Amino acid sequence: MESMWLSLRLAACVAGLLLLIGLPLAYWLAFSNWRWKFFLEAVVALPLVLPPTVLGFYALLALGPRGPLGALWNALFGHSLAFTFTGLILASLLYSLPFGVQPLIASFESIDPKLLAASAVLGAGKWRTFIRVILPLSLPGVLTAVVLSFAHTLGEFGVVLMVGGNLSGITRTVSIEIYDRVQSLEYGAANELAFTLLIVSFAVLAVVYGVNRRVRRQVWMPWIAQ
Amino acid sequence: MTAALDIQVTSARRGPGSPSFLLDVGLTVPPGFTILFGPSGAGKSTLLDCIAGLLRPDDGRIALGSEALFDSKQRIFVEPQHRRVAYVFQSLALFPHLTVEQNVTYGLPGLSAAEQQSRALEILEGFHVAGLASRKPAEISGGEKQRVALARSLVTNPRVLLLDEPLTGLDAGLKSAILDDLRTWNAARSIPILYVTHSRDEVDALSERVVAMDQGKIVTEGVSHLVLDAPRRRRLAVAAGFENLLAGSVVDLREADGVMRVRLKQVELEVPLGHALPGDQVRVAIRAGDILVAAERPHGLSARNVLEGRITSLDERGPFLLLRIDCGDLFQAQVTRGAARALGLALGASVWIVVKTYSCHLVQG
Repeated sequence: MESMWLSLRLAACVAGLLLLIGLPLAYWLAFSNWRWKFFLEAVVALPLVLPPTVLGFYALLALGPRGPLGALWNALFGHSLAFTFTGLILASLLYSLPFGVQPLIASFESIDPKLLAASAVLGAGKWRTFIRVILPLSLPGVLTAVVLSFAHTLGEFGVVLMVGGNLSGITRTVSIEIYDRVQSLEYGAANELAFTLLIVSFAVLAVVYGVNRRVRRQVWMPWIAQ
Repeated sequence: MTAALDIQVTSARRGPGSPSFLLDVGLTVPPGFTILFGPSGAGKSTLLDCIAGLLRPDDGRIALGSEALFDSKQRIFVEPQHRRVAYVFQSLALFPHLTVEQNVTYGLPGLSAAEQQSRALEILEGFHVAGLASRKPAEISGGEKQRVALARSLVTNPRVLLLDEPLTGLDAGLKSAILDDLRTWNAARSIPILYVTHSRDEVDALSERVVAMDQGKIVTEGVSHLVLDAPRRRRLAVAAGFENLLAGSVVDLREADGVMRVRLKQVELEVPLGHALPGDQVRVAIRAGDILVAAERPHGLSARNVLEGRITSLDERGPFLLLRIDCGDLFQAQVTRGAARALGLALGASVWIVVKTYSCHLVQG
């Protein structure tokens, strides 16, 4: 069960950090008029289509002692990022990026532009408009982004294997351990972990859909219906 | 103390979906009501967006008294949040996640909570919706929403008020009640209020100074009935409720009488003298309500245009009947149901129509 806690810790860290990165990134992607914006949109969507091994391979090169990030880390802390929990978080941020950003973009873009205009003519600057109007109206999207990046990171396998390897208590996540158990024909233990992961993932998603439905009814639907 | 709003802007709107006309407007809005009237797509909302700072015109200057809000030459563009120009949208744009009171206090940051609340309740009382303070916008009626939207805009003590068809869909009684509240509010402050509408009925109800706009330009301005009862452009005539728009050519001018004759497809009409020469193509606009219908040939009338025709259709239109009458050219006339009964008007019946010369208006384009 150590691997389960490790996975949950990793998923929680990634979901939290991704929200901090995702809010400004999604705001910019939703509202900027920059003509080369599509370029960044493609980069954000890239992890959706790349095989995790490709992503993991380049993440390993970047985080390793000769990679740019790894070298910098090495200079600061005396060890590289490959095969560490921190390295795993960084690689997972990349891997789950579209899940943490795209629901936010969709939410921001679905807000009636007239509400933003109303906020401006009532004297609110961009920051106040974001905090008082955009964010509260995007709560279902924020929840979706957090939960999807959490669940997606929880079930991550290929990237972890490439970047983290298989160090017990440090980088051996639950999906790696399941793989290990199956390899050594311990089907009972594998089933125990796999089933737990299944239940946790299902419970998390059920909460999202349940809450989203309720929120939408309270906040969104009456307003859309007008 | 209060400043007039001076607008002098040009703007080419580009891109798919937006009309490609040039906004080319020179206008002064004095304190008090000014109605901006015009057909849909005339550029009315675009102009309001420019005044509020939501759109940046290509060129020109928008100033409030001596203070420039926009000046292309001096590169001045005041952001909308710093203009103190209140704007009530057609969709009202109340924040759906905030209560009525929170909507109203939104424009009052920096005040203490108690001060915000007392100001909000005061203005909500002025618009007779103080009892709704704790409701969400989804829980109040259309008319109440419109009052709340007005209150939310006015609580900020704006220097200009822009209203983009804020009262559409309300019945006449409710509309005039809200407008009375607005007049009361502005009596003490006297700021310029620009009220956009494409509804002729609203213009009649407000009876204020009217500025008519079409295809991005100011077409006429003046007192409401003068502007709208003699529209000089076809699209404006349609918007102002002229059912008959008939194309024809000028036959001759009788300058001594101040009239000229216009030949339509089949019949001739006597119309007021306009800027036209014999042979010119013109359009004549006539309100359906300005055409008299007679069951027999009328005589001894001062009206110069008396035509015989046949009723080809009758449509109910509120308390009236709209008749289509084929006199060679097709005319639409409006009569009350009582009159229709008394005259025995029915499909196919032979009738006479009477049109006074000065009920005919020449329009361009």
